[in-house]
Parts: sequence; structure tokens; C-alpha cells
Amino acid sequence: MSPYLTVAGAVLAGGFLFLAAMVAGRLFAPAAPTTAKLTTYECGVDPVGQGWAHTNVRYFLYAFLYVIFAVDAVYLFPWATVIRSADLGMASLAEMAIFIGVLLVGLAHAARRGLLRWV
Amino acid sequence: MPRVGPVTGDAPRPIKVVLNWGRRYSLWVFNFGLACCAIEFIAASMARHDFIRLGVIPFAPSPRQADLMIVSGTVTDKMAPAIRRLYDQMPEPKYVISFGSCANSGGPYWDSYCVTKGVDQLFPVDVYVPGCPPRPEALLQGIVHLQEKIASETLSDKAIRAKYAGSRRAAAGEVTRPLLTKPEIAESHTSGEES
Repeated sequence: MSPYLTVAGAVLAGGFLFLAAMVAGRLFAPAAPTTAKLTTYECGVDPVGQGWAHTNVRYFLYAFLYVIFAVDAVYLFPWATVIRSADLGMASLAEMAIFIGVLLVGLAHAARRGLLRWV
Repeated sequence: MPRVGPVTGDAPRPIKVVLNWGRRYSLWVFNFGLACCAIEFIAASMARHDFIRLGVIPFAPSPRQADLMIVSGTVTDKMAPAIRRLYDQMPEPKYVISFGSCANSGGPYWDSYCVTKGVDQLFPVDVYVPGCPPRPEALLQGIVHLQEKIASETLSDKAIRAKYAGSRRAAAGEVTRPLLTKPEIAESHTSGEES
């Protein structure tokens, strides 16, 4: 129970910090919205075009490597809490081996494409 | 209606001292370098005459994150609406330092056909730094003078309305025509592919 209380306490503290910052802004800050101030910033000239811009599709590789490393790490943390328990330990090892194996296939593909060499 | 937050407006004197202290030692500069005075501004930001030690940080990426605008250089009539719009896009409380004689009063181009003779024709200026170009030490003195001015100011609803939005000059800069519209996407290329 108490680890969940700690998590709830951390969430509440974060929410309280956000509320305190927004309330402090309301209490201290001036507010003077004019029409010119609310226009989109584009170096002092009228904004033209859409908000979307063209980007190259090759940047998907950053998302690919991110999934392999960061999402993998997120799922490894809960595994560390059960690996030493008697009933779950070996089963969790087998499951995580399959999980990491799938990720390693992706990592091998990335290495074969030369993505792990420094640009 | 332009207003100040209730704590800032009706604060007792010690709170105002603390708030003014925080505001004057954390100025973020929207550096508006237009001409030769920009070189002296850069020199004032570099190692020998460092204005970062006064709390003035020159890395505001857009006017929305800045509260001090240092107009350094000649303001042409073509540039004037852009400066006006960028000044409007800064959040209150904002301060302006006019750096160099071109920004103060047109400077050596006082007789030109297309120079705005002084940036205070566009918006209120707090500190004028004279010189052509002023030495970096002059900019440091201008910043210290502005900081002393901020130390003795009181932000209130009336002050905001008199100086910025709500004043006569604020309404004078408003755009009365509609902004440029988005370009329409041509339909011809999709029909060409289908046929």
C-alpha cells in the first residue's frame, strides 16, 4: 500500500506545483491583450501559409531507435521488482528474454543499416 | 481591459521592493540589432564589458520571452511597422533602450527621406544612450540607469494603461486592415493525376 501512497504523493506534489505557478502568474502578472499582441509571431510581418511544414521522412529512424532504447527501458524497471520472487522470477525471465529478443532484432537491423555509427 | 495582478497592484512596500528587485535583475533582451550599433551591442555582451553580469541575458529567442528591447541602429520607414508589431508582441512589463543616435533621433540620417527620426515615434522609450556608436561602457551605464528606474517604479493598472495598451500610441499602431490570408491550395494537380 505505502509505495502507492508515495506515488500518489508525488503526483499530488507535481499537480500542486503547477497550480501554484499558474496562480502566481494570475496574482502577479500584468495582462494587456491587444489585437497586435495576439497575432502570430513571424518576425514582425503578417504571418502567411499554414502552421505545418515539410520534413524529410528519414527522421523516422530517430523514432525507431527511441522505441528500442527508451520504451525498452521503461518496461525493464518493473521487471526488476519481481525477478527475485520465488513464483515469478523464472517465468518473468523467460518473458523478458522474448521481449528483449524482439527488440534485439530491431537493433540488429539498425546496426546493419549503419545507424549505430556516429554521424 | 489591461490590468496588473492584484498582488502587484496593491502590494505593501517591502513586497514591491522584492518584486522590483527580481524584475530589474532578470532582464531578457530582445536584441534588435539593425546597424553598426549592433556591433557595439555584441561587444558589450562579450568578455571585456560583460552585461550578463548585470543580469541582462541576450538570448531571448522571440519577443514573447523578452522584457527589454534594445533598438540599436537605424530604423528605416520600411522597418518601422515590423518593430512596432514586435514591440506589441512583447509581454508587459516591457522596457526599451534606444541605443545610438540613429535610434534616438535619426542620428546622421536626420535629413533622409526614409529614416524614422527616432524610435520613440513608434513606442515609449525608457533610456536613451547617445553616441555614434556609443561605447559598450555607455550601454552598461544605460542598463544600470534602467535598473535604477525599475527599482523606483510601481506597476499599477493606471501605469500599464498610460504607458502601453490603452494609451493613444497603442491604438495608433493597430492594424485596421485584415491580415494576409492563407494561400489557397491549387486543385489542378490532383485532377491531373486522376485522369
